[in-house]
Amino acid sequence: MRLSSTRKTAISAYNFEQPLPMSSSTSSPPHRPPGSGEIVAGCLSPHPPHLVYASNPQQNEPKSSGAGAWKSLLDGYQSLRKSLEDREFDVIVVHTPHWKTRVGHHFLGVPNFEGLSVDPIFPNLFRFHFDLQVDVPLAEAIQEEAAQEGLVTSMMRNPEFRVDYGTITSSYLVRPELDVPIVAISSARSYFDYSNEVGEREMLALGRATRRAVEQSGRRALLLASCSLSHRHFTEEPEDPEDPAFEHIHNGNQEAWDRHVMRLMQEGQCAQLLEQMPDFIEQAVSECKDGSLTWLLGALDVPDFPATVHGYGTVIGTGNAVVEWDMRKAHVQAGDQA
Amino acid sequence: MSAKGKIVGSFVVPSRPHALLAPDRSPAWQRLHDAYGEMAADIRALKPDLLLIFSTRWVSIIGHQMQADPKPKFWVVDEDFHELGTLHYDLNIDADFAEHYRDAAQARGLTARTVAYEGFPIDVGSITALNLLNPDGAISAGIVSCNIYSDRAETLVLGKAAADAVAASGKRVVAISVTALSNRMFTEWINPAQDSIHSAKDDEWNRKLLELLEQGRLEDVSQLAREFSRQANGDSKLKAIWWLASLSGQSNDYRGKVYAYEPIWGTGAALVGLTPQAGAGGDLEYDEDDTEVFRGDRNVLATDASEPAAKSS
Ligand SMILES: [Fe+2]
Repeated sequence: MRLSSTRKTAISAYNFEQPLPMSSSTSSPPHRPPGSGEIVAGCLSPHPPHLVYASNPQQNEPKSSGAGAWKSLLDGYQSLRKSLEDREFDVIVVHTPHWKTRVGHHFLGVPNFEGLSVDPIFPNLFRFHFDLQVDVPLAEAIQEEAAQEGLVTSMMRNPEFRVDYGTITSSYLVRPELDVPIVAISSARSYFDYSNEVGEREMLALGRATRRAVEQSGRRALLLASCSLSHRHFTEEPEDPEDPAFEHIHNGNQEAWDRHVMRLMQEGQCAQLLEQMPDFIEQAVSECKDGSLTWLLGALDVPDFPATVHGYGTVIGTGNAVVEWDMRKAHVQAGDQA
Repeated sequence: MSAKGKIVGSFVVPSRPHALLAPDRSPAWQRLHDAYGEMAADIRALKPDLLLIFSTRWVSIIGHQMQADPKPKFWVVDEDFHELGTLHYDLNIDADFAEHYRDAAQARGLTARTVAYEGFPIDVGSITALNLLNPDGAISAGIVSCNIYSDRAETLVLGKAAADAVAASGKRVVAISVTALSNRMFTEWINPAQDSIHSAKDDEWNRKLLELLEQGRLEDVSQLAREFSRQANGDSKLKAIWWLASLSGQSNDYRGKVYAYEPIWGTGAALVGLTPQAGAGGDLEYDEDDTEVFRGDRNVLATDASEPAAKSS
């Protein structure tokens, strides 16, 4: 075995005027002045690697049987992608539960990551060759704003770091071309180290910081909260993991909570959802304990307009919803016709 | 091999990479680093054929996973401490043993599978342990995951399955638990030179556990694990101790040695060795149940029609 010290990668100066490293989602973005950035949409985009597996992209080594266990979620993602076609975005900002950090909130800070990501939990399903561009200036800006909020933060500068499969999976399912730069934010363990209430406060602050940084950057950003709702797994897998006969919710309590939470989203009752979040987390063993959904709601200024639920389904017993908040609806609601 | 295999030593080591990657930054981490060297020499003297690791840093959901790639060669970076550098590895894994362990686990009712994939991210804890205890890879290794849902009964069965596989293998095996004791971390950036255990309470509980281990009372510590975890935020419920005690024969008959006890970012990091010594243990303070075979999750909330619910009349 050998050890190598971290090779420091030269990071371009924090300068929003500089062109983005990649073109926008559909065409080259108009050059927008600092201060004119916006969040175009926020999505709950769960990351079961099973969905990548079932999609059979060329980058993923295992090939699925096509037996169809997760069709409702795949259809949900397809519907989300279709819905997003009429908006352009320059960057995808992902909050991921599968980069778990105990010392504050971390941000990818290297411009490009390339390699093989093998899921340590489902290696039979996810061995994905990835090539991701990172919007480092925006990541640094969010980090600075988060520090202003009093959060502990860190930029991740080690070029050999392996990007977690939550980031890759959600990015892929929303944008299979993977041609839009990303910002990836780790999941700080505040809920686990302190309490759900402490975690919630931190994630709302991180959301506010994200929104401010996006606005100041001139970027048009798509935000992804990469988590499931209820999150109790079965601990065994059928011979064909995609066998629909096996797939169902772990227990009725979980689904009842999931449906309640989705109804609040559809009714624009996110303030109420946040009030109930600590109970939801405990009673449904929710992956929202990793903070992604609360971060998103904070970044979207706690939506009071209806979300679109594009799909709901289970993966190995967990409850997953694909949900979109189209920020044009927020502007309409606020009387802003711009 | 025809002779029955056996556990020739049982060891506990920390789960974080600081003693390997940055010993010079903290006197505490340097003392840990030096203690690894002493432990490595003691392990070599036991002449083991296999180092069998249970790591709390390798979590699994689908039952229990056994590493079975004979020559895993890749790298890993710590999720928090990426700034300390990259751990490159090139390991020597006993793939046959992994398969026997899987079979033994399944025979006791557990869900288990081997994994052998290029680029599989072997956990930081196992890499740190193997790097410091077996730097030239001269002794082959095995690694088993820590299921996030398993509780004591299931973890004991996983330990007993390991004992079955060890006995059948004919090998001399050293068992190694990669785990923190108290697992409360500082959640901010600290000066490593001033690292300390997070609280006096965690420190006191760690010292109590180490006092028992020094007396060789491994099974007593296993029985105390739940209370320890409640009081001192034990790492993963101290499943690694449940596994180690179960695999090693559920007794207090060991000679104990505490090589080091130091903080790593506030957590309790200890290096402990236990070698079998008949009659050493004295009275046992057992009050936990024992389990031979795992009979599955009891999903009392299941609503699926295929799972018959208990009827009251
Ligand atoms: Fe997850």
